[in-house]
Amino acid sequence: MTVEPRSDAFVAFEHVQKSYDGISLVVKDLNLAIGKGEFLTMLGPSGSGKTTCLMMLAGFETATHGEIRLDGRPINQVPPHKRGIGMVFQNYALFPHMTVGENLSFPLEVRGMQKPERETKVKRALDMVQMGAFINRRPAQLSGGQQQRIALARALVFDPKLVLMDEPLGALDKQLREHMQFEIKHLHESLGITVVYVTHDQGEALTMSDRVAVFNDGKIQQLAPPADLYERPENSFVAQFIGENNKLQGTVEEMGANKCIVRLDSGELIDATPVNVTGKGAKTLVSIRPERVEFKPEMMPPGAHTIDAEVMEFIYMGDLFRTRLKVAGSEEFVIKSRNTAGQRMLKPGEKIKIGWAPQDARALDPM
Amino acid sequence: MTDTTSGLTTSDGRPLKAALLAAQSKARRRAFLLVAPLLLFVILTFILPIAYMLQRSFENDGFSDSAPQLAAWFAEHPDGSEITEGAYAALVADLATMQANKTPGQAGTRINYTVPGTISLFKAAARKAEDLTPPYKEALIALDADWAAPKLWAAMRSASTSYSADFYRVAIDQKRGEAGDWARGAERERIYIYLFVKTFILSAIITLSCLLLAFPIAHLLATLPMAKSSLLMILVLLPFWTSLLVRTTSWIVLLQQQGVVNNILVALGLIGDDGRLVMINNQTGTIVAMTHVLLPFMVLPLYSVMKTIPPSYARAARSLGATSWTTFRRVYLPQTLPGIAAGSLLVFILAVGYYITPALVGGADGQLISNMISFHMNKSNWSLAAALAAILLVAILILYWLYDRLVGIDRLKFG
Repeated sequence: MTVEPRSDAFVAFEHVQKSYDGISLVVKDLNLAIGKGEFLTMLGPSGSGKTTCLMMLAGFETATHGEIRLDGRPINQVPPHKRGIGMVFQNYALFPHMTVGENLSFPLEVRGMQKPERETKVKRALDMVQMGAFINRRPAQLSGGQQQRIALARALVFDPKLVLMDEPLGALDKQLREHMQFEIKHLHESLGITVVYVTHDQGEALTMSDRVAVFNDGKIQQLAPPADLYERPENSFVAQFIGENNKLQGTVEEMGANKCIVRLDSGELIDATPVNVTGKGAKTLVSIRPERVEFKPEMMPPGAHTIDAEVMEFIYMGDLFRTRLKVAGSEEFVIKSRNTAGQRMLKPGEKIKIGWAPQDARALDPM
Repeated sequence: MTDTTSGLTTSDGRPLKAALLAAQSKARRRAFLLVAPLLLFVILTFILPIAYMLQRSFENDGFSDSAPQLAAWFAEHPDGSEITEGAYAALVADLATMQANKTPGQAGTRINYTVPGTISLFKAAARKAEDLTPPYKEALIALDADWAAPKLWAAMRSASTSYSADFYRVAIDQKRGEAGDWARGAERERIYIYLFVKTFILSAIITLSCLLLAFPIAHLLATLPMAKSSLLMILVLLPFWTSLLVRTTSWIVLLQQQGVVNNILVALGLIGDDGRLVMINNQTGTIVAMTHVLLPFMVLPLYSVMKTIPPSYARAARSLGATSWTTFRRVYLPQTLPGIAAGSLLVFILAVGYYITPALVGGADGQLISNMISFHMNKSNWSLAAALAAILLVAILILYWLYDRLVGIDRLKFG
């Protein structure tokens, strides 16, 4: 898909291509417009080109073709130190030979700011991340989470309009990561800065972003707000990459406006919403979220097609039950049911019928 | 003694500390056994020779052994007493014994170290010692007026015991004056302090040029992809794998007045044929050749430190608004300091003690203190050689101590 960059976009990639070796393209014709104050996440597996895009924006890589604009100004020829972009690195990159205060003071010093003003700004930035007491420590004396906050404060201390974050939470443990996600989100909201965030963690992307650009194979596969991305993936890659997902291979049997009927390769008929299929007779991959699959007949929408399933495995996960089923010859079909009062616990070997509302099954391009 | 941790015991009631010691003692014994051969080797080949060298710098029994009676007289009469007939009698008796034992040369050599020109004096007197009659003082002085010289007697007093600080006095360019007391030697006779200073200055120049040459190469090595950096590393290490003599000889071929460098310069018209540069057999030769020889010792510590500096630091600095020069000065350079310190210390200490290269390409002008030490060893003046070596050792230890105070030894990183 292509998004035509708006002329008023704060950051704009226009037909940007990048090749390292002159043989293959790492970034293929990227068009992306990021609005002022937006939190945009570039999400994708490693090697998908997302970090390269970030590095081109920061100025550490040059675009092989195309134009990158910041606040309306082309920046392809502007060296990194003149772009005025704050950046948070994966390993924080705090200067080990400087104290926390000196680290924060560094971007202000190189801008020729006077000492009293520097001190005020450093103090304000540290207070912003609740690290005021650590001004005289060295980075090595701080925990991972504390270093993360300092790195954040350093990227913000010189009041950049745009902040880039390259997998900044990758090295933290799960709990701290989730905590920091909220903190970064709140900083973004209170400061009104534009953030471009790179991650391969879809949970992080969904939690924090205004919009998510899913990268694969050097292209943006889908650019959408988190809810759209999860509930309305536009192609098989996005469906598979974001969240857990059941896949059923088949052929479109009957094509309607908002509904189509797909005959699976094993012969059963199921309902789906046509998203990325051309018409009757087309090969398709139907994607259904595990939590949208229903196995109690009374809960199924009227007239829905059902198919037979056999329970292979039942896992008690606390708040959820995760049940693996054998459906249409595949043993990898998963359903999730909430652990509500009176919820049925399925037993291995049990034969059930499953179904879903047509809008929850999306007929996408075959992989 | 109160034991604050006595409350802690193992489940069967033994004190926790004792149990821990017992549990660890086996591991400690094994560790000791593993390093024992090396420890023994180091003691035998390093500690003992150095201790022996330090002893030799104070000890010389060349005179005290062959002049026991005079030594006894000196022992009875404290410094400053008048040299009486008794002293001369003891000396003559000793000279007679020396002649019989064929040791007047040895005794004379020992005195000669501090009062030059005395070997023949001893030899001549020893030959006639049998025939001398009392009073011995007049008899000896009649033989040679030098026997009355106070500085000779002062030298003999100090040499009459096996241990003396005479050689350190000589090593710092002191000489016995006519009255026998130590004073600075005449200007043209002061060679050792000048050589020490020159050695340290040349070593500093060599260290600096090594640093200047090694820094960019080490940075390149640390940032290039593995395949290319390995190739480059081989080039850097090539000097290590070539015989020192071959390398030095090739420098002679390159730098001599009819050598490759001069020929090229003349061919390019940069210098005239009569203006060929003298680059070998002088200080320049020593500096060039030793910089080359010691370069790997600078490259390797620098490389190992630079290898550990992630490129993201430089990127962070750039993104924070620093120019590439500021990034280098404020962010990169400070982080390479442990490598710079280690490399400089290594190269400097090696350079201060270097011997072969200055001997081959240094000429008269490019000699270092170790060449002087070697010279005295060849002339069997072991004590003076040892005294010079000991001064060098102490100077290096002082440098090391200063370095520890200023930079900290724990910040060293050799690789």
